[in-house]
Amino acid sequence: MTETKQRSFPTIEFTDSEAGALEFPSSTSRAYNYYKPAKLRATMYEDVTVDVQPDPERHLSQGWIYGFGDGPGGYPKEWTAAKSSNWHAFLDPNEEWDQTIYRNNSAVVHQVDLCLQNAKRARAYDSWNPAWLKFIERNLGAWMHAENGLALHVFTSIQRSGPTNMINTAVAVNAAHKMRFAQDLALFNLDLSEADVPFDGGAHKEVWKSAPEWQPTREVVERLTAVGDWCELLFAANIVFEQLVGSLFRTELVMQIAARNGDYITPTIVGTGEHDYDRDLGYTRNLFRLLTRDAEYGETNKVLFGEWLAIWVPRCLDAAHALQPIWSQPAEKSVTFASSLDAAKQKFRSLLEDLGLDSPKELDQ
Amino acid sequence: MSRQSLTKAHAKITELSWEPTFATPATRFGTDYTFEKAPKKDPLKQIMRSYFPMEEEKDNRVYGAMDGAIRGNMFRQVQQRWLEWQKLFLSIIPFPEISAARAMPMAIDAVPNPEIHNGLAVQMIDEVRHSTIQMNLKRLYMNNYIDPAGFDMTEKAFANNYAGTIGRQFGEGFITGDAITAANIYLTVVAETAFTNTLFVAMPDEAAANGDYLLPTVFHSVQSDESRHISNGYSILLMALADERNRPLLERDLRYAWWNNHCVVDAAIGTFIEYGTKDRRRDRESYAEMWRRWIYDDYYRSYLLPLEKYGLTIPHDLVEEAWNRITNKGYVHEVARFFATGWPVNYWRIDAMTDKDFEWFEHKYPGWYSKYGKWWENYNRLAYPGRNKPIAFEEVGYQYPHRCWTCMVPALIREDMVVEKVDDQWRTYCSETCYWTDAVAFRGEYDGRPTPNMGRLTGFREWETLHHNKDLADIVQDLGYVRDDGKTLIGQPHLDLDDPKKLWTLDDVRGNTFMSPNVLLNEMSDAERAAHVAAYRANGTTAA
Repeated sequence: MTETKQRSFPTIEFTDSEAGALEFPSSTSRAYNYYKPAKLRATMYEDVTVDVQPDPERHLSQGWIYGFGDGPGGYPKEWTAAKSSNWHAFLDPNEEWDQTIYRNNSAVVHQVDLCLQNAKRARAYDSWNPAWLKFIERNLGAWMHAENGLALHVFTSIQRSGPTNMINTAVAVNAAHKMRFAQDLALFNLDLSEADVPFDGGAHKEVWKSAPEWQPTREVVERLTAVGDWCELLFAANIVFEQLVGSLFRTELVMQIAARNGDYITPTIVGTGEHDYDRDLGYTRNLFRLLTRDAEYGETNKVLFGEWLAIWVPRCLDAAHALQPIWSQPAEKSVTFASSLDAAKQKFRSLLEDLGLDSPKELDQ
Repeated sequence: MSRQSLTKAHAKITELSWEPTFATPATRFGTDYTFEKAPKKDPLKQIMRSYFPMEEEKDNRVYGAMDGAIRGNMFRQVQQRWLEWQKLFLSIIPFPEISAARAMPMAIDAVPNPEIHNGLAVQMIDEVRHSTIQMNLKRLYMNNYIDPAGFDMTEKAFANNYAGTIGRQFGEGFITGDAITAANIYLTVVAETAFTNTLFVAMPDEAAANGDYLLPTVFHSVQSDESRHISNGYSILLMALADERNRPLLERDLRYAWWNNHCVVDAAIGTFIEYGTKDRRRDRESYAEMWRRWIYDDYYRSYLLPLEKYGLTIPHDLVEEAWNRITNKGYVHEVARFFATGWPVNYWRIDAMTDKDFEWFEHKYPGWYSKYGKWWENYNRLAYPGRNKPIAFEEVGYQYPHRCWTCMVPALIREDMVVEKVDDQWRTYCSETCYWTDAVAFRGEYDGRPTPNMGRLTGFREWETLHHNKDLADIVQDLGYVRDDGKTLIGQPHLDLDDPKKLWTLDDVRGNTFMSPNVLLNEMSDAERAAHVAAYRANGTTAA
């Protein structure tokens, strides 16, 4: 007969180690005291984000202890031409951290999932006209590549390089938004492929790769991935490309015409991408406003951003103009390309004005 | 989502990638590895549609447990001995976590495989989760534990403390240098696959035994994301193995990464588990026993050894030497004693060891008492101010150690210390491997081939240099390790908070001048240095 091993377990001991059990120096020091919160009371976001990425100009006394073969390690401020007298002043207005990321994105997932289930149950795709099916097949199919490319090779990339944890974390969440949205579009494409309607789920690849109307857009996305300066990349992507191409396609076209073509599904899904961009533009606007209003570097930053506008606005306008033919593809053409582009340009001008930047002349042509 | 649906969904998502034709992506972070011949390897499939709700559910459990811990007065039963060490651990770990997020684009840039890019981007979000969830746990401790001092200055203390710097390698190593060395071999293949077992599983178990069930709640939730990360790392490793030119680099990086992880993680986690616990059941696993199970059997034998079939030489000698250091050379005990020696410049309090602790150590590590018992008795004897100086400045048969230039843990196994002139400076190393890391591995050429992307060791690597020839009270004040009365130290060599007279103040430590061993070493003549080093090595710790 084998001997049963005696169970062994730690004993509980009451230690009275609760807050307030004794008074002694610092017994009530219950707030992080190494940074100054933006308001009187620190937010959860600030507490879990500020100073987690150290900075030799703040508390890091021994400096970065690993370097690259060709330069210093850590997060050198020289990785962008933009300058700030205090990068740490940037705080994400969305206050993204663990709980917000998963709560918000799960809510979107549930919304999209419910929408797609309802579409199947109601056989919603059956009533779509062939022109609209083709429009979604080709154009939303092409657009999801842009979202995915921005997710993986623009925003994911940027978040290695910003000089503070607050910047990098906001951008990391931006990347997650883009990746989720791109995948949602792809899975919507899969649903349509499996529905009993004429829809070629693989057509998007050729459209993105070869269709003339999409090549300038693909070119801008690819050129974005080739930018080494993280701040230029963020500016070009979220301030210029998203306004002149992203919003033009999503806000001024898809969201305006889908319902009139009998489609109540696409706006629900694309609307989540719109919601994402609204949040992402919020942090981007805050960051660049901080840079253009910087007491020491504001003016030089404005000159720099003007140079970036001179590079990216023409490219994005080329992409926008190339897309013009797709405005004619749906059966119900409730908006014109000209009115859509005007609306996008107007919002872009308003954003630039908010940042204190002059509108580039190309916008008026 | 069914498995079939997941497979179809994943296949669809892979259609999102394309080969660029207009522009080549910027190479922000280079690598000396090559993937031209690499077959595409799939990591674990994960799509955002299932990922976000899954993580939200995990979060709900974590935050529910936190609420429960507060309502259930968990801190009535938490051992202060344990929670004090969390001031150090939780000041360190959110930085490696967020660094892992930052490392992902380095791997994405380096590895031409869209399947892996998705997995790496998901890992990036995981790591943001881990960093912020851990910061939040620390905030909860600060708010609810009897002594918030040290938690309240956590990120500043991490950035200016000698132990924080040791831990910082665990983050900086992920984000600097050759993209594959850093973001794959060091981070994923070694740190995550091997050492998160002791970090996130073994240590939380010990927390629970000390009345803290929130650390297990948070860290087991963190660990549940690691399998995907391990899969990412393994996929990249297999791709790298497909090209013979990568083999010498892989072997170099496995040696560096293994040894550095051992030096850093075993020093910290070993100390927390062995010296932070009050659980002295004789059948409670020691750190060495945990290491044998989690690292030696689960990692070395099950993960590393099978890599030999790909022709890779794995560092058997370093695995065995790490085990030897832990079991025979007293590595963890030496580190704990060093931390306790430095208590005035800590931002946590360190409890004395009692007879019960002595018995347990002697049982688990025969010969322990003869090597360390007397010192801990002295630590106890010198615990209160008034009649004596801090133990580091009293004669207790302990020479303040030289610091390892590479891993930054001091050269505590004294007979193993290596002293060499490197880059025109006399440097000390804890081991031959740490010397090799600095002098051979982290250079622009390796084994006759250019390695321009390999990282460099930089910064003020000896913490003591920054404080050389200063009064201890001034150092403590400069570091900010002073309580809110402006005079009482945060660090204390005991846990007694009930009597103000037992708490050390700046005045109690004033008058002690702190000297940097490395500065002194470089000031010595050759003869003086040789004699000094010989005497240092002779004060070895190997059991007779």
